[in-house]
Amino acid sequence: MSKIYFTLNGKRVAFDGDPLKRLVDVLREGFQLTGTKEGCGEGECGACSVLKNGRLVTSCIIPVGAISGDEIVTIEGLRDTEQGRCIIEAFAEGGAVQCGFCIPGMVMAAQALLLRNPHPSEADVRLAISGNICRCTGYDLIVDSILLASRKGEGLW
Amino acid sequence: MALMQITDEMKRVDAYEKARGEATYLCDFRLDGMLYARMVRSTKARANILSIKVPELPEGYYFISAKDIPEGGKNALHMIAEDWRCFAENDVRYIGETIALLVGKDRGILYELEKKVEIEYEELPAVTTLDEALEKKAVISGEDNIMCSLECEMGRSVDEALQMADTIIEETFETGYQEHVHLETNSVACNYENGQFVIYASAQCPFYIRTSIACTMGLKPEDIIVRQMTTGGAFGGKEHFPDVLAGPLIVACNRIRKPIFLIFDREEDMEFSVKRHPSRTVFRTGVDRNGDILGTDIKIYYNAGAYLSSSYVVLQRGVFHSTGVYRFPAARAWGYGVATNCFPTCAFRGFGAPQTLYAIEMHMDHIARRFGLDPAEYKRKYFLKQGEETITQGHIVEKVVLEEMMKQVTDASDYFRKVKEYGIGSGKGIGISFYNHGGAFTGNGEQAIIKAKLKLRKTGEKVEILCGSTEMGQGFRSIMRKIVSATIGIDIDNVIYDNPDTSKVVDSGPTAASRSTMIVGFLCEKAAKEMKERWSEGDFEVVKQYEHPEGHPWDQATFRGDAYLGYGWGAAVVEVEVDRLTNEVSVKGIWSSHDIGRPIDRLIVHGQVNGGIIQSLGYAAMEKMESRNGRFRQTSMSDYIIPTSMDFPRQEWFLVDNPYPWGPNGAKGMGELVFNGADAAYMGAVERAIGRDTFSIPMPPEDLQGVIDRR
Repeated sequence: MSKIYFTLNGKRVAFDGDPLKRLVDVLREGFQLTGTKEGCGEGECGACSVLKNGRLVTSCIIPVGAISGDEIVTIEGLRDTEQGRCIIEAFAEGGAVQCGFCIPGMVMAAQALLLRNPHPSEADVRLAISGNICRCTGYDLIVDSILLASRKGEGLW
Repeated sequence: MALMQITDEMKRVDAYEKARGEATYLCDFRLDGMLYARMVRSTKARANILSIKVPELPEGYYFISAKDIPEGGKNALHMIAEDWRCFAENDVRYIGETIALLVGKDRGILYELEKKVEIEYEELPAVTTLDEALEKKAVISGEDNIMCSLECEMGRSVDEALQMADTIIEETFETGYQEHVHLETNSVACNYENGQFVIYASAQCPFYIRTSIACTMGLKPEDIIVRQMTTGGAFGGKEHFPDVLAGPLIVACNRIRKPIFLIFDREEDMEFSVKRHPSRTVFRTGVDRNGDILGTDIKIYYNAGAYLSSSYVVLQRGVFHSTGVYRFPAARAWGYGVATNCFPTCAFRGFGAPQTLYAIEMHMDHIARRFGLDPAEYKRKYFLKQGEETITQGHIVEKVVLEEMMKQVTDASDYFRKVKEYGIGSGKGIGISFYNHGGAFTGNGEQAIIKAKLKLRKTGEKVEILCGSTEMGQGFRSIMRKIVSATIGIDIDNVIYDNPDTSKVVDSGPTAASRSTMIVGFLCEKAAKEMKERWSEGDFEVVKQYEHPEGHPWDQATFRGDAYLGYGWGAAVVEVEVDRLTNEVSVKGIWSSHDIGRPIDRLIVHGQVNGGIIQSLGYAAMEKMESRNGRFRQTSMSDYIIPTSMDFPRQEWFLVDNPYPWGPNGAKGMGELVFNGADAAYMGAVERAIGRDTFSIPMPPEDLQGVIDRR
């Protein structure tokens, strides 16, 4: 079996194993990147969201064989960047975090949105996180926090 | 962070670690040599087990069943009583009942092994709906399938009131199952460390787990250590249910002596976990010719499933909330917990109150409209006031400010203009509901059963909070640190409050019943006040124990007296438009007002209000979980639909200031209250829009068509 090479949080890495293994398992078990959570295992809840070439994907329904040559960013790769810190600070300040299980995925969804639309409207934000389920907050404070990040991080995206 | 004033909005103490992906949920936790477990479950609703054929197990794999329960132990979990079995043995009573655990290193191998376990059953007649159980299609509990029941009554004679009535309005309301869908599934691990069993759990109530599984093992609760992990949502689903994972795990760990992890996947969590009780509430309400209520007779049925677990307590709360926020001249309520061969139902935010509150609100709407009256004005005539009698012949102790709350939500939503403008059946609608929630354990439970304790420990400049109450997303670790910081006047960073470990903290009771802030937070405030006075004494500890406030008589044998120490109160308005072609309901506005005493933290309360209301709207509008022959039909997040960010608009919310004398900073319970009423406001709005009465939730668009077609 040939190795699968991809870029993970800015570093070129190789995966040697079953190409049908789910990306979420490769990240969590293979690379110990446990910030990415599994919520449903069928691409419905968004807790396992990561960026693939800058776009939001659910890593529980992507076989690792399908990301050969791609650039994957997880919460661990985002959290200490200026953009990541800005989003996380806004989430803390805006009261977006309750149980927290969906939140790394939400942060990734916010990043994916702001990368392509640095000045989103409320409707843009609601659409951008519509694939990320949160059972605690009812979403308003997450939406507000992403709008806050967009204002406070003016120029970062 | 710095010194906290109680009025400052705070950043949650766990926000960064959670948002950075650094918080350790059980699925992120590793122990050396750890194994995984997979449950082998019943596929029959009711059957005798004739034989179990275990496939040949690879080395290092184990099959653990009731036979492995050690001598001196019992095949039972001690929840409220010894009730639920740890492993089904000889017979099964519902689909999904635990028969065995397969344990080993590789989850893929466990999955394959489970499919090869052959269980031979002799099927027995089962009852899987309320009707089948009440008709005694089979008798599975006692003589009539009624597992528990109660009755209470207030005011004058209900029978006489109904005789005097001009009209008796009889209506039946039904509510469905609701699944918690905490984003983190049920997850528990067990290890044997330094001669003791240690449970690591995603759980609300570490001390409950200890008691429950000590019974299974024949140990004393204090022989077992339970450590709560960061818990990714619970909503009642992790109140008693973690015991069902922890029991088999400790039996397995006793035999294997290695760390064993049991982490449900989503499908298991949906199909094989507890749910909110489906209900039926029947009103017979006598009214005079003006529509004034003379009295009401209420019968309430909750589908409890195959084991009692917390159902009797849930049922009591349902009965005690069945007259809503109203005082009628006469009222009587009967409650029945019905045994079925279904997955047991248990705690879910609201704990029995949402079902009957939904029912009374719809009933009041229907009576009002029948007499050409506005529901808001009609309901207002019956608002309970301070000192008035409740359904349990107790009294409302606090000042009730529903009038002020009604004004807030009707003004903000422009309710009175819209009810005139949106004709019945116009496709547009607006609905209003009023609700309450009794804070803390029912009756004298806090005094007689829980006896909560809390300890503060001062070491140098630092203060540690030691109690068993848990953070599950509601913000408790944050508000407790804030209470100590603000009371003593120290930096919040110098206040420590870790996830509880039962060997290190005192038992402050379960994190449930909207009791933690009100009861445990109050103990914390009292302890902090004492610590502040004695601050110069060096390092010391302060322990506080619950003291029952004067003037709350209660008789648990007859269910008479003050059922609760105080109530939270709520009012909600929801506005909708219904698409006449597709029946799709689009919510145009959501307004709420709550009386939670005085908040500890407005931002945390904001999140609770929003989240509770959206869960309640999901309950009414979309969350359909059906059971067919004892098996849930919705088993994934693709077919059990919960609200997304697109389903409901931004909420407008209000609080009233009405400090509660026995709560910290005047706060009382609120976690469940905010779930208790938006469902009825939504259905009231939908009814106005479609011009039909409705009698059940959930009511997704496909079911609305049936209502519209009804003549």
